[in-house]
Amino acid sequence: MVYEPVSRSGADDDPDVAVVPLPSGSVLAGEYPDKDPWSEGQHAPAIGPWRLAGRRLRRNKTALIFLGLFLVLVAMCLLAPFYSNNIAQIGPNTNNVTGTINVRGHSENVVSLDGVPIGPTFTRHYFFGADTNGRDLAVRLLYGGRTSLLIGGIATIIIIVFGTLVGLLSGYLRGPVDAVLRWLMELVWSFPPVILGVVVGTALAFGGIGPIKGNSIFIPTLIIGGIYVPYLGKPIRGEVLRLREQDFVDAARVVGISPWRIMTSEILPNAMSTITVFVPIMLANCILLEAYLSFLGAGVQAPNASWGTLISDGLPYISTTPTFSLIPGAMLVLTVLSINVVGDGVRDALDPRAQVRIKT
Amino acid sequence: MGRFIVRRSLSALALLFATSFLVFSFFELIPNYNPARAIAGRNANQTTVDQVAKKFDLDKPFYVQYLNTMKLIFTGQVIDYQNDLNVVDQFRQRFPVTLSLVVPAAVIWLTVSMLLGSISALRVGRLTDRAVMVGAIIGVSVPIFLLAALLLYLFAYKWSIFPNTGYTHFGDSPTQWAYHLILPWISIAVLSIGFYSRVLRSNLLDTVNQDYVRTARAKGLSSRRVFRRYVLRNSLMPIVTLFGLDFALLLGGAALVTETVFNLPGIGQFEASAIGNLDVPPILVGAIFTAFFVVVFSAITDVLYAVLDPRVRLTG
Repeated sequence: MVYEPVSRSGADDDPDVAVVPLPSGSVLAGEYPDKDPWSEGQHAPAIGPWRLAGRRLRRNKTALIFLGLFLVLVAMCLLAPFYSNNIAQIGPNTNNVTGTINVRGHSENVVSLDGVPIGPTFTRHYFFGADTNGRDLAVRLLYGGRTSLLIGGIATIIIIVFGTLVGLLSGYLRGPVDAVLRWLMELVWSFPPVILGVVVGTALAFGGIGPIKGNSIFIPTLIIGGIYVPYLGKPIRGEVLRLREQDFVDAARVVGISPWRIMTSEILPNAMSTITVFVPIMLANCILLEAYLSFLGAGVQAPNASWGTLISDGLPYISTTPTFSLIPGAMLVLTVLSINVVGDGVRDALDPRAQVRIKT
Repeated sequence: MGRFIVRRSLSALALLFATSFLVFSFFELIPNYNPARAIAGRNANQTTVDQVAKKFDLDKPFYVQYLNTMKLIFTGQVIDYQNDLNVVDQFRQRFPVTLSLVVPAAVIWLTVSMLLGSISALRVGRLTDRAVMVGAIIGVSVPIFLLAALLLYLFAYKWSIFPNTGYTHFGDSPTQWAYHLILPWISIAVLSIGFYSRVLRSNLLDTVNQDYVRTARAKGLSSRRVFRRYVLRNSLMPIVTLFGLDFALLLGGAALVTETVFNLPGIGQFEASAIGNLDVPPILVGAIFTAFFVVVFSAITDVLYAVLDPRVRLTG
């Protein structure tokens, strides 16, 4: 997103279009003192659509608050190693089935003799309790968040890169390229994401692909990215089909610019706002799909954790210690919710109809 | 109409075969996956594995296996690898459960989302609108299994208002049936309520500015009539499309998450365990089943389109 980093003066800060006062000693000002400067060929400095969108977004307090919340959540997850090393002093995958800990003066088993893990202690050790292997859930919560965000982020990058590429090639070149790409997109599109992801995820977790082992987090990442590529590719293709008929593209073609240059420097900049609107939508959906896959055992594989696996692991204890499931659940919902709210803000800021919509 | 039905049925048949073939060939492509070894178990010796392969025709070439399996499916004799159960019988027994889960949930989410979407659009910018939209965005941010877990904890364990899991047949006791299904219905409906009411609201706000709405107002029609006959009617089109697909997918087993959490013996639960074991026949039947509903409901959607918008003609 192209932001103006610091607004230079207060004058052009608020209104979308700034009226620039004429310099008092100028010829124009002297000659036409009573006339509206707008009609005399004097224009306010052009403001690009990105700067306008940036301003609209900056004025959207709700979106900014949730952007802040999202950054706090990301920061918490990034600090997982610090928490693990310095506060909890236990690794995310360190088992401690037979250990005991001191909770406010009396000693307790981390995992009781009949296999029930300890609940939240709210002390530096086992803050949110343990799992059946005696691992510290607070540490796993933060590491799991890192995994969830990492998978969501990389999958989103895959979707943006390949979705845009597929949309550009399919929409601009048309013909056989379009036919093949569209067929592939329809194929993926026609299966529900969760079911497709679970089938492919289970299958690949079983055998791995090539050099990637079955329990690597890159398998769910690739699957999630692959599943959602058509969800971006199709709208981009539609946008490109519309743009390629515009006069400026014809002009570029007549001048003899290569198709690839036309795609990247004529069409792509005009499709950027559509792509930008899809970034938060895709990020939220990728994180959610990862949670669904992990919940169903087809996503992140042991010993790695993600919010989805943690919710799933806690489910057997939902009647006695609901926090096992509900705390990773709350982290997941807060993350997805904040991305969705920011995404709504971005859409409203970039959508030319946004103003009309608010007034109706 | 006759032409429409014939053309749709033919393309449906093609789709069913294409889907089943793709699903079947996908399992051929999995590296290190040997169904015979999976069935025989980890410690089986080579003779047992060979016997199993022979029993399920897994030693035959790929296309023979595919044709055999399809023949068994359509004669209703296909059995799964894991438990030797007849898959078609399983689907027949389990389908009423999925139906009683999905149909009332769909009624709930359609009614509530249409109400909320309309209220929100009519009161745009005011407190009601904001409250509904806050609820809707939370609704689309909560995964179904988490909502199910939360509902289970609050209503089944903490306050003991509803039973925790399980299913009672409608024929045995309609009240027990509904009593057991209320939490699952809510779990499925909330996500769709959030999504549909957001879509409906933005469609309504787009439609309000259309010329024909202004014309209708100028003719002096009451605002209630303008809203119902002009604005709402035209805003329902995308909802109809969304609903057709969502409903079809849920009937075909996409409710697997809800069925797993609430331990409902429906198609989704069967599918989930089959997928976990990479048990090909149930997965294949599930895919065909889902494709069937998708085709049927896309045809119904097109008919509804023609009803809602007289300009639309039914063509194959």
